[in-house]
Amino acid sequence: MKEIVVISGKGGTGKTSLTASFAYLGGEDVIVADCDVDAADMHLLLQPDFADEDDFYSGELAHISQNECIQCGKCAEVCRFDAIPVIKGRYIVDPLACEGCGYCARVCPTDAITNKDLNVGKWYISNIKTGSMMVHAKLGIGADNSGKLVAKVKSEAKDIAEEERKNLIIVDGSPGVGCPVVSSLSGASFVVLVTEPSVSGLHDLKRVYELVHKFNIKAGCIINKADINKEVTAEIEKFLKEENIVHIANLPYDESFTKAMTNGQTIVEYSDNHLKDLIIESWNDILKSIT
Amino acid sequence: MKIAVASGKGGTGKTTLSTNLASFLAENYPVVLTDLDVEEPNSGLFIEAELVSEERKFKMIPEWIEDKCTLCGICQKVCNFHAVIQLGPMIMVFPELCHGCYACSELCPEDALPMIRKKMGQLKHFKKGNLHFVESRLDIGEEQAVPLIKQTHKYIDQHFDKDFIRIYDAPPGTSCPVMEAVKDTDFVILITEPTPFGLHDLTLAVETMRELKKEFGVVVNRYGIGNDDVLKYCQEEQIAVLAKIPNDRRIAELYSQGKLIYREIPEVREELEKVKELIIRRMEEVVR
Repeated sequence: MKEIVVISGKGGTGKTSLTASFAYLGGEDVIVADCDVDAADMHLLLQPDFADEDDFYSGELAHISQNECIQCGKCAEVCRFDAIPVIKGRYIVDPLACEGCGYCARVCPTDAITNKDLNVGKWYISNIKTGSMMVHAKLGIGADNSGKLVAKVKSEAKDIAEEERKNLIIVDGSPGVGCPVVSSLSGASFVVLVTEPSVSGLHDLKRVYELVHKFNIKAGCIINKADINKEVTAEIEKFLKEENIVHIANLPYDESFTKAMTNGQTIVEYSDNHLKDLIIESWNDILKSIT
Repeated sequence: MKIAVASGKGGTGKTTLSTNLASFLAENYPVVLTDLDVEEPNSGLFIEAELVSEERKFKMIPEWIEDKCTLCGICQKVCNFHAVIQLGPMIMVFPELCHGCYACSELCPEDALPMIRKKMGQLKHFKKGNLHFVESRLDIGEEQAVPLIKQTHKYIDQHFDKDFIRIYDAPPGTSCPVMEAVKDTDFVILITEPTPFGLHDLTLAVETMRELKKEFGVVVNRYGIGNDDVLKYCQEEQIAVLAKIPNDRRIAELYSQGKLIYREIPEVREELEKVKELIIRRMEEVVR
């Protein structure tokens, strides 16, 4: 089974629009995993039916029972996250600050502190309009552990692919270089980097590629809006060459991205111009790179 | 006055707004702009200023002292993050999983796991005229942004008094790094674009701000593209739309070159003027 992970470092480069287009082109052979759990948008293009849903629990949250608390303050003393303020003489856990390390409960002399499992979001298995299935999720507000939810989405996608005898998974990854991205990258066969020729696009591409390189995963790159700044595009192309990254395609600045999205469509459904051909070619190149 | 610029979706213009607004305000007021998008800090690409100081930022992790260890296993038992594992006659520490809670270290009966510093990133402080710029940058391979964001807030609190207008460029999303970035601010500007992705991610950001009981307003970027659903949503939810930055290819081009757009495009300056008025009005209210 092969896993293609699409990431971008920087947001707004067209990552999700392209991933959804690839999923559409791959049709029923490709299982889709939306691992941008923080701001999952793929469902707006692939119209999942939310057939199956489940709560996701990860980590813990401390809770102080006021009946048993003797106000000794030991819990607040050991807490490194300033998560136990004293409010009107009572020790109270600040749920947004608590990291769930459980240290407070271990030092409480009256066992007044218990740790509750934390519901950090929901995940779904859906049928989508490509004739295939998609695993996606919604992270709760301000939740920690998005990396773990990403891992969950990916492992479910793998299970489905095995059951359904599909040999390809396409993953829409998260922005940044932190724990959700690291989680998105684990087990990838090929990484598609979507970037744009802006000073920030290049900067973020270099940072996220450093991470990809650390994991030793083969990568290709699509430069979106390539005509917006020819100098930076040339600079990106040079970088790709130096780092041995497959240069998949340059796409033009095209408002079809937004128009397709506004129609709830992928670009390959909406547009019938040169852009569509370029995306089809890109998908074929990606498939070639993984075989 | 502390103002955060945030958005659910990435790439909607957080950095564009933060850098342009900070530079614009600095024409008349002392301003400090802080880039808290420590995973991918970009504001610095748009601000030309001189480096004032630079410091390495550390997190604390346990270090195993083999000679002292009796392999009692308490450290492994008390670590909720599986960052300390006993493997045969060895204790292994996984720094990227460690949250720095000190439980293993302080509950070890033999003092065999003292906490040591591990570098997680770098903070830089720049200055030009009225404008100070501070950015923190997470080292590649470090997974947790929150501790670095916390330390950056601390740096700002120690180095700038309340006469400064503080603008914070927040990370994208709605999870813990965003909460940490906006937690102590007085007002949050949510920037979005008038598209289905923009609207969807805006609703998540609005939920987050309401959960945090933050005052906030919306700036619509790339106004003119997509549809009216974002404006309708703001109207229904009674959310103030502070400004609309037009959809203009010239803006995308200036941005791509690392240039500030308000200096070249008068419409953008006019929109920033509206945001400035709001900030100044609120500052005066605070004084009263």
